[in-house]
Amino acid sequence: MTTVSQSPTMSEGRDNGARNDVADFELARALEVASGVPDPEVPCVTVADLGILRSVTRDDAGLIVVRLTPTYSGCPAVIAIEMAVQSALLDADIEARIERVISPAWTTDWISEEGREKLRAYGIAPPVGSSGGRRAFFAEDVIACPRCGSAHTTKVSEFGSTACKAHYRCDDCAEPFDYFKCI
Amino acid sequence: MAAPETCVPAILEIADDCLILGHRLSEWCGHAPILEEELALANMGLDLLGQASALYAHAGKLEGKGRSEDDFAFLRREREYRNCLLVERRNGDFAHTMLRQLYFAAFMQPFWRTVAATSSDETLRGIAAKAEKEMAYHLRHSGEWVIRMGDGSDESAARMADAVIELHRYTGELFMASPARAAAIADGLLPDPDTLRAEWDETVATVFNAAKLELPEIRVMQKGGRDGNHGEDMGHLLAELQFMQRAYPGHTW
Repeated sequence: MTTVSQSPTMSEGRDNGARNDVADFELARALEVASGVPDPEVPCVTVADLGILRSVTRDDAGLIVVRLTPTYSGCPAVIAIEMAVQSALLDADIEARIERVISPAWTTDWISEEGREKLRAYGIAPPVGSSGGRRAFFAEDVIACPRCGSAHTTKVSEFGSTACKAHYRCDDCAEPFDYFKCI
Repeated sequence: MAAPETCVPAILEIADDCLILGHRLSEWCGHAPILEEELALANMGLDLLGQASALYAHAGKLEGKGRSEDDFAFLRREREYRNCLLVERRNGDFAHTMLRQLYFAAFMQPFWRTVAATSSDETLRGIAAKAEKEMAYHLRHSGEWVIRMGDGSDESAARMADAVIELHRYTGELFMASPARAAAIADGLLPDPDTLRAEWDETVATVFNAAKLELPEIRVMQKGGRDGNHGEDMGHLLAELQFMQRAYPGHTW
């Protein structure tokens, strides 16, 4: 499987004036703190693992800007995630502005390899394949059971406990499990 | 490039489609035939509300009069909503709801794909790229149900056939460009909906063929939603949708 892992960057921040010359420790710290915030619905992975933390930079006024992107248009966790990042930064004594970006649209291709492993270990099957457009009616992907690894699994529901997941059952070990949908 | 302010009414048409259908799906909460569909309907409704929210926020910004997404969603009068009639149709039974979803998703999926690829407005391209993926899911889910029910038991086939008779006449409005839409098309913001007809026809024909359903021949399609002329059900829908803000103006969570 080819995975385009896009780590959050600080690249834009390095272009801002005099700060070029000295290492921006506060910005580096902000990236570290923001990257470590767990997803509220899937706490085994961080916002960086999921690829929803897009960048941590400084704006023209020198204020740190953290850009986050939603997974789904109506994801109810969006505000919770933004508040969690803001409060983690406050706890670290870092002032920052949270910005919601929608373009480019989030894709499961951005979930890091590490993130995929963490999902599997947590009992959630990571997305299979890379995101594409329309699929045929009744098309079935082979989703391996995150517990026993069996490929004999059955889709119970296209929609699961959150917008980003579908619900499956393993036909070998009989465990129900969540599948992180590929979009 | 950002869209000119004259495009706001066209963006609101699409936002209203998403809001009203999203609300209709939310009415299934606690009433779905099985638990899995309870989740599916709520999830699809949530996708549509999310899309509506992003579109209202963008429209408010372009309009520049300080109206928020909540102002658009909760504080307009019935005639100011410009959603097409299809999305406000009552849920009816599960067959009606799934057929309505198929009709809408078969249009919106190529619509958003085209907006994402060609719109002159960057924010709309961003909203579209995400919405396209969501609508592809809705299309697959609703299409599979229409096939299952149409090609299912005598009872499910009869119900699906009833749904076709009831709803098909509302599909023509999807392809009509209102004067508001024409301005946005001229500005390169949105595609001409009529150019999406061939793909819609093909999708629906594929599903109907597999579902053993017959396409009805309808000479005169229903229209009016884009002019603010809604059916009787719309007022009832808004009464529930707007209740909190009408009863407690400015109330927040």
